[in-house]
Amino acid sequence: MAGNAGVMSRALAIEARGLVKRFDGFTAVDGVDLAVPEGAVYGILGPNGAGKTTTLRMLLGIIDPDAGYRRILGSERPHDVARAIGYLPEERGLYPAMKATEAIAFVGALRGLPLREGRRRARKLLEEYGLGYAADRQIRQLSKGMAQQVQILGTLVHRPRLVMLDEPFSGLDALNQGKLEKMIRGLAAEGTTVIFSTHVIAHAERLCDDVAIIAGGKVPFAGSVDLARDRIPAQVRLETRAVAGDWVHALPSSVRREGRFWHFPLPDTGVEPLLRTLIASDAGILSLSIERAGLHDAFVAIAGEAAARSLAADEGGEERK
Amino acid sequence: MTGLQGGKSGRLSRLSAAYVVARRDFMAILFSRSFLFFLLGPLFPIVVASFAGGVGAQLRDTVDRPQLGAAMTDKDVTAMLNARAELAKTLGDIVPKVVVLRRLAPGESYDPAQALAGGRRDIGAVLTGSLDRPVLTGTKERIEDWRGPVALIAASAVGGVARPLPEVTLQSMATSTASERTGQLLTAQAAQTLLFLLTMLLAGMVLSNLVEEKGNKVIEILAAAIPMDAVFLGKLFAMLAISFVGIAVWGSAAGVFVMSADSGLAAMAEPAVGWPAMIVLGVVYFAMAYLLLGSVFLALGSLATTVREVQTLSMPATMMQLLVFFLASFAMMQPGSAAETAAVVFPFSSPYAMVARAAQQPGLGQHLLAIGWQSLCVMAIVRAGSQLFRRRVMKSGPARGGGLRVFRRKRQTELPESAH
Repeated sequence: MAGNAGVMSRALAIEARGLVKRFDGFTAVDGVDLAVPEGAVYGILGPNGAGKTTTLRMLLGIIDPDAGYRRILGSERPHDVARAIGYLPEERGLYPAMKATEAIAFVGALRGLPLREGRRRARKLLEEYGLGYAADRQIRQLSKGMAQQVQILGTLVHRPRLVMLDEPFSGLDALNQGKLEKMIRGLAAEGTTVIFSTHVIAHAERLCDDVAIIAGGKVPFAGSVDLARDRIPAQVRLETRAVAGDWVHALPSSVRREGRFWHFPLPDTGVEPLLRTLIASDAGILSLSIERAGLHDAFVAIAGEAAARSLAADEGGEERK
Repeated sequence: MTGLQGGKSGRLSRLSAAYVVARRDFMAILFSRSFLFFLLGPLFPIVVASFAGGVGAQLRDTVDRPQLGAAMTDKDVTAMLNARAELAKTLGDIVPKVVVLRRLAPGESYDPAQALAGGRRDIGAVLTGSLDRPVLTGTKERIEDWRGPVALIAASAVGGVARPLPEVTLQSMATSTASERTGQLLTAQAAQTLLFLLTMLLAGMVLSNLVEEKGNKVIEILAAAIPMDAVFLGKLFAMLAISFVGIAVWGSAAGVFVMSADSGLAAMAEPAVGWPAMIVLGVVYFAMAYLLLGSVFLALGSLATTVREVQTLSMPATMMQLLVFFLASFAMMQPGSAAETAAVVFPFSSPYAMVARAAQQPGLGQHLLAIGWQSLCVMAIVRAGSQLFRRRVMKSGPARGGGLRVFRRKRQTELPESAH
């Protein structure tokens, strides 16, 4: 996993500053900054309706921002580098009457790949991903998951330098999610920049070097996965024989008890002073573990704070009115 | 993963991008069952056109009925006028209206062919000679039609219809100004009707095509890869190409029919610009009429999010197109009028008005100008439509305030799943 310092030192595949998009008076994206290094696997995390898709659409030039700056593969006009980009939209779309091979080749043709070469590569890709038997089947004859895989292959057929995937795991079963994770790792190994949005944090935790968390159209956090996890203090999980005694007052005020278990954030001074007190007062320590926060916890905390701030700002605005 | 690296940057040109879209749409439609229905489609307009043609002919007969010009001695002319008036009381319009071209002095000669060639446009045939030996000059069809009525009027003028009818000498000439005008009007009307019906059929199809595209969500893939106006152009030209296939099929059938008729195209009134130019202009104006309406329909389609919305939005456009057609039809009957000029300049009626002009007025320069103007309008509408699409359609996310509510709900329902 690359740290934020690494991000700064590498050339950027995507750079966005202060992106704003409003729809009918509603600000869907409100000053988003992004810096995606070349060759990185970058996750855009956020709850539904946070502004992930709108951000991706602005980066791709499908819609223009109302304010802000974007630069994709060195160009401020995304369509000018369209041949080097692959995109999987959130709302999957294929022509139902088209054969799988033709569908992949057509998406390649839109990105400048000659149709004949597209067909050749499509067959090869389908074989590689275990879908060779479906090459001549119409999309309407495929299952939803298979059709989605066909579309993912269409995203890659022209060998893009930058792949943007909007919620790529949704609609796939666990097996195919695993295949897609493997595919993303393969792309990264070859130096392709992959940026994907998701609200399922586990995928991002396994795949991403860096993430941006979007909530309420803003980016409250952008940086490495480690940095995000460090925003949440490690959690102490203590098991004691006794559940009452003077020693309880030595536990941090935010402690939460579940039976014999006590949960609390790791104090700044470490756990050793507390342990001494517990031993001295015969609390009967049965087990003790210190768990580092996962990306999921970090996401909930960061996005939750952002949503609360946004809600407070909204309510403040209403009151002022 | 193998072999997925090394893509080059850059983008397809607008035309290349439009070609990729057009090729896909063309092949998809050509090999679909709906294309068969499309081929059968013109049967409906033919039935409608036959009906409309009948009504139109009736109207034309009323408004623009050719008259019989008389160039005879004063006495004969007066007798003819009186006799016609008497006969008209019982026979009505079966007997042609007689207008005096010239009251001849005894021994004065008169050239009816010259009168027909350069004279009044409403004269269908010219009657010369005397009441006993009338001479009828005009186009073959016209003088044969009028031989009986003229003999009847002449006999009545001499002394009553009970008298034996005089022998009418027929002098046939290739055409008369009136019959040429009537024929050209008919050609213009047929061309306009054909253009209108084909255009409506196609514009509806291109709209359905876009709605289907939005339904199957391919539109975002297109919008991400190529400029939206290239998508619109590709869709318009694909349907145009499909229509040319249809026209080729139906045109060949019509061509065989016309050529196998007794005198082929010669039996029809030649358009003012000549048949070859008329056919070329007809095809070009059809393309322009379709592109203009199709681009409006695409713009409307891009604004709509559901099929019902599309239907609601396309209704006023269809009504507007009907009005435009009526304007062009009305203007056709009044060449040179302000209405005709308006129909020529207003982009949506321009192709119809100009195809009517091609049938009625010689000269190709005006057509080049009109086609240039119409092309500009197509480009402007496509551009505006694609801009609207980018602004209005590709938006996602909740309405104002909903985001926070959704977020709170999602925290409870979706986030736990991500912990696994």
